[in-house]
Amino acid sequence: MKTAYSWLKAYVPGLDVTPEEFRDGMTLSGTKVEGVTRLDKNLEKIVVGKIMQIDRHPDADKLIVCQVDVGGALQAGGGAHGHLLQIVTGAPNVKVGDCVPVVLAGGKVAGGHDGGPLPEGGIPIKAGKLRGVESFGMMCSIEELGSDRNYYPDAPEDGIYILPNDSKPGDDAVALLGLRDCVFEFEVTSNRVDCYSVIGIAREAAATFGKEFCPPVAGGHGVGGGGGGGGAQSVGAVMPAKAASHSTGANPAQAIHDLLKVRVDDTKLCPRYVARMATNIRLAPSPEWLQRRLAACGIRPINNIVDITNYVMEEYGQPMHAFDYDQLAGREIIVRTAKDGDTFQTLDGQVRNLDATMLMICDGEKEVGIAGIMGGENSKITDSVRTMVFEAACFDGTNIRLSAKKLGMRTDASGKFEKGLDPNNALEACNRACDLIALLDAGDVVEGAIDIYPHPVGEKTIPFHPDKINRLLGTDIEAGFMLDVFRSLGLKYIPDGKTPVGETSGEETAGGKTPGGKTTGSGDFAGAAGGATVASGGASKGDPGRGNADTNADANADTNADANADANASGGHVGAALGTVCIPTFRQDLECEADLAEEVARFYGYDKIPATLPSGAATTGGLSWKLRVEQLARRIAEHAGFSQSMTYSFESEKVFDRLRLPADAREREAVTIINPLGEDFKVMRTLPLGGMLTSLSTNYNRRNKDVRLYELANIYLPGSLPLTELPDERMQLTFGMYGAGDFYTLKGVIETLLRALGIPGRPAYDAQAGKPFLHPGRQAAVWLDVGSAGRAIDAGTTPQVAGSGDGAAAAGSKGMGGAAAGHGDPAKGAAAVGRICIGYLGEVHPETLDQYKIGDRAYVAVVDMPLLTQLATFDRIYRGLARYPSVNRDISMVAPKGTPVGDIEAVIARRGGRILESCELFDIYEGGQIPAGYKSVAYSIKFRASDRTLEDKEVQGVMEKILHGLREIGIELRG
Amino acid sequence: MNAQTEMKERLEQIRGEAMSKIGQAQTLEALGDVRVAFLGKKGRLTDVLKGMKDVPADERPQVGQLVNELRDELEAALEDAKGALGKKLLAARLESEVIDVTLPAPKDILGHGHPNAIALEEVERIFTAMGYEVVEGPEIEYDEYNFKKLNIPENHPAKDEQDTFYISKDIVLRTQTSPVQARVMETGKMPIRMIAPGRVFRSDEVDATHSPSFHQIEGLVVDKGITFADLKGTLAEFARELFGEGTKVKFRPHHFQFTEPSAEVDVTCFKCKGAGCRFCKGEGWIEILGCGMVHPNVFAMCGVDPEVYTGFAFGIGLERIALLKYEIDDMRLLYENDVRFLRQF
Repeated sequence: MKTAYSWLKAYVPGLDVTPEEFRDGMTLSGTKVEGVTRLDKNLEKIVVGKIMQIDRHPDADKLIVCQVDVGGALQAGGGAHGHLLQIVTGAPNVKVGDCVPVVLAGGKVAGGHDGGPLPEGGIPIKAGKLRGVESFGMMCSIEELGSDRNYYPDAPEDGIYILPNDSKPGDDAVALLGLRDCVFEFEVTSNRVDCYSVIGIAREAAATFGKEFCPPVAGGHGVGGGGGGGGAQSVGAVMPAKAASHSTGANPAQAIHDLLKVRVDDTKLCPRYVARMATNIRLAPSPEWLQRRLAACGIRPINNIVDITNYVMEEYGQPMHAFDYDQLAGREIIVRTAKDGDTFQTLDGQVRNLDATMLMICDGEKEVGIAGIMGGENSKITDSVRTMVFEAACFDGTNIRLSAKKLGMRTDASGKFEKGLDPNNALEACNRACDLIALLDAGDVVEGAIDIYPHPVGEKTIPFHPDKINRLLGTDIEAGFMLDVFRSLGLKYIPDGKTPVGETSGEETAGGKTPGGKTTGSGDFAGAAGGATVASGGASKGDPGRGNADTNADANADTNADANADANASGGHVGAALGTVCIPTFRQDLECEADLAEEVARFYGYDKIPATLPSGAATTGGLSWKLRVEQLARRIAEHAGFSQSMTYSFESEKVFDRLRLPADAREREAVTIINPLGEDFKVMRTLPLGGMLTSLSTNYNRRNKDVRLYELANIYLPGSLPLTELPDERMQLTFGMYGAGDFYTLKGVIETLLRALGIPGRPAYDAQAGKPFLHPGRQAAVWLDVGSAGRAIDAGTTPQVAGSGDGAAAAGSKGMGGAAAGHGDPAKGAAAVGRICIGYLGEVHPETLDQYKIGDRAYVAVVDMPLLTQLATFDRIYRGLARYPSVNRDISMVAPKGTPVGDIEAVIARRGGRILESCELFDIYEGGQIPAGYKSVAYSIKFRASDRTLEDKEVQGVMEKILHGLREIGIELRG
Repeated sequence: MNAQTEMKERLEQIRGEAMSKIGQAQTLEALGDVRVAFLGKKGRLTDVLKGMKDVPADERPQVGQLVNELRDELEAALEDAKGALGKKLLAARLESEVIDVTLPAPKDILGHGHPNAIALEEVERIFTAMGYEVVEGPEIEYDEYNFKKLNIPENHPAKDEQDTFYISKDIVLRTQTSPVQARVMETGKMPIRMIAPGRVFRSDEVDATHSPSFHQIEGLVVDKGITFADLKGTLAEFARELFGEGTKVKFRPHHFQFTEPSAEVDVTCFKCKGAGCRFCKGEGWIEILGCGMVHPNVFAMCGVDPEVYTGFAFGIGLERIALLKYEIDDMRLLYENDVRFLRQF
């Protein structure tokens, strides 16, 4: 929302702060000013000059030498002859007698004549010689003044801007052009629909700076038809002489009801429809002041009729539409929904596809506009328009928003309607448009208004509890101050706590009366939209933009005094309401006492509210157990040299192919986004490798060496598809690496992690992990023996808990055919005694590496954190340091090549009994004296008892058991 | 010449020779040899003692004393020489062991935390010290929690503004961490002091300042008698802890559906301390979060009695904090995971 400071000042005459003070003050009271543009930036020493004489340049055909009267603007010297200044120019469009903007030597202009980007410091103008003839200044084009022909349509395409002939030489030309002004850009929050208007902003400004708010008052022209209220009063005050004198064809006796019928079929989607008419339309450029105000909003002036609709939209926040009356078949307007499959050509020439939810404005035969979005090509105003209809309506915001979305067209009008406009603003705005028709002499206003408004919206009331407001804010603000704030915002206060307005007030606004008309005298602090104080538009010459002056005479100061008295009398009666506050319908955002508290707070000043810390019972705080475990996992990963990565939760379905998952893999059953950003962001990942491999690929592509990454992020496993319940979100710890290190590096990291998490026992590694994206000979599922603890492990929807029984473990590992969190295992959701699979690791399959364009061996590991979180403990119990010596035995054996050393260790562990302390592999060897198909494996086994020195005999007995066990699996001691 | 005099001369000779040899010894072994040669079993001084039988009995005590004195003297001299020699040898060894301290150290073997995670830990540290619990909620969330219970009814424009990803009509990717507020309040445990960090999703195209997936940190305090002043004090404290002593905060009125009154919070630019620089676009202030008093409608929908309890809530963009704190100029870097980037944190 952009507005000129001068426009705001028109409604807040007392406003005297600098633009910077204005910006800061408004921002702190809640209307954030995002930008301040001074229109006179870099315009220095620019005055009105009148061209008195033009001579040809003696040495240049295209230059002329002008003697320009610049009044009293000249100091002594500097090429002046009396008031005359000599200026050489090449401009083709000046003649003797023209008044033009002249920048004096030593002054500045904002831009070059070609209208390019404005230089930050402007362009200084000096006296100089052009082809030998002295020139003491420059005549300016509109581009040099920092603007362009869009906003000054009367400027010549290429040449000097010509000022009105009656301009006075020496006057400030910048002011004359309306450029002694600045433009504010406001950020309006979505709840403040009223602030998408100059009036709304002005009201905020008046309240912020404690000045009187004097809004325009509409309804001065021909509002008689509706009968009663402000309209009735204003009839006599119309500019009768003027209107009549320009009347060319309209029968003054004709009122709108004789000319036009309006029918609203769907009053839910169109709660109010106001139409007014003007005839004998006289298209012309708008006056300078109106053009300047529109230009400041960034709106190009077109002609008086178009400009008026735009002006009212900016001023009242009420979009207007103008129809050519002579194009309306049957002289009627019908508001109804379209039919599925209808098409319609909007006035931008595009053909739109409609459906039955879209509200249309139609005439007796056809659609003429998409309600609230855009008019039709078939009824647009042309230069030949004679009679026109102004529409000011209120449409259902949601419907407009959805329609605009479906049509893919968001217009200025729809942007306003979709926020849900105040229906009580519509008539007022329409009247304002008619006032402007008369004021601009753009046509003759037709008597009366058609106003379809079957269910008028009334005012709400909110109980006023100053003590509650203070308790919420933590302040000690006086009730009187609060009431001052309410008054300045146009809220009415009813001191006795009764509710004289509210449900009933709706009726009062029926029949075309302005909102709150009847209550104005009793408790209205606002002065806004006050129907009771309408004055003549004819008196508005001093400030044409303000329209009718002389409003607001009745601001009722006494009411406030009453409230203060009440507030003081009530003393500390907590909970007692001190009356009620009536909320005008333009403040739909105010619904409860907390809303009132905000109004108080923002004008009291957020900065003045004290800063305290919450009192009350102390809380311990801290991380949840899950987060503590994750924090430790991060530390371990980082200690192992892995850096933390973060990737998106959604990815392409193609990831499943890149990971070589079979067509029926459960991982392909993923949660899918209905409206993704694109195919690459479509499915919620069911396994965490896509992101990791992409990150490794990025690093590989950038030639980073020895990369180690980890990520802690969720995968999303749906219970069933389509989703009816939230999926299982499982935190996965994923490692990925290439360069230095191998499979065993990752294995070490996992075991370090398990130890750090206090999880006892050594994990078992099942080489049959069944991961299609891993090297078939270099992958393992990681199993933990959890014994009876397994009963308590909640595996969620994962298959990772396998029964302890004979076949069950195998079934478990087989069922893990998918990811670590592969779903679809028979043990799904079940808890069991035995072992659980906490994850897997391996070397990435060469085909998958190819897919990710990684030209080096890469390794990944995935650990299911929810399982570890349940198993982890930070409790530790000290066990006495060994006091008796250990006995060491080294054995060297020959084993079939395919025997995993894990099998050997399992035998040693099982047969070693209680005195076995540890066994360490210290040599593994093939070839030489070892027969083909075999390998030599050597272990150092350590025995110790905690309560005595072991005897040789005892150790020997255990060793024999171990060797016997090894022989059983085909392993012999080396001779 | 009596025996005594003769003995004295002999001892003097031994003394001279021994001292000379001690002085000449360059190694500990040489010193040992000197000891053996003079004080050993077959050493010269021992020989003298062995010859005592030739000394007249009445002179023996005096001669014995002379021998012992010499023995003591030689012992002392040997010890001194040993000490001096040891020092000399150590000095020589140390000198020979000089290394080039500018040779490179082994590579940085520690991994690095993600800047988001480091910033989050900072935030968590500050709030847990103030007694806040860190909790989490689901990333795929019911529409009801993401919107309705936060006072954003069906078809409300605010819902559209958030560019929601939909899974179904009723299930969305959460657009904010605020639904965790509703979930925590529904448990009914009072008082509440919590922060809820986590991933959120909005349908924004990827560019230098936008990402369809990012992180927020929600804060919620509910108790009897919680005030807007408490909100101000808490966030001012937070800003000082995070951005340094002397950081000022500015509360600007704003609008959020689930708080009333609401505010946006700016902090003084930590580069220019509020003077205005390129970093803060000349404003001296940088916006860091949104906050407000919990809306009574939200309380009512989450089963908390708004007549009894009040509370405040705030939402911080984690990426925004990380980008500001580490002066990262492109959000895409956070999700590329280039180790040259990650290793800087």
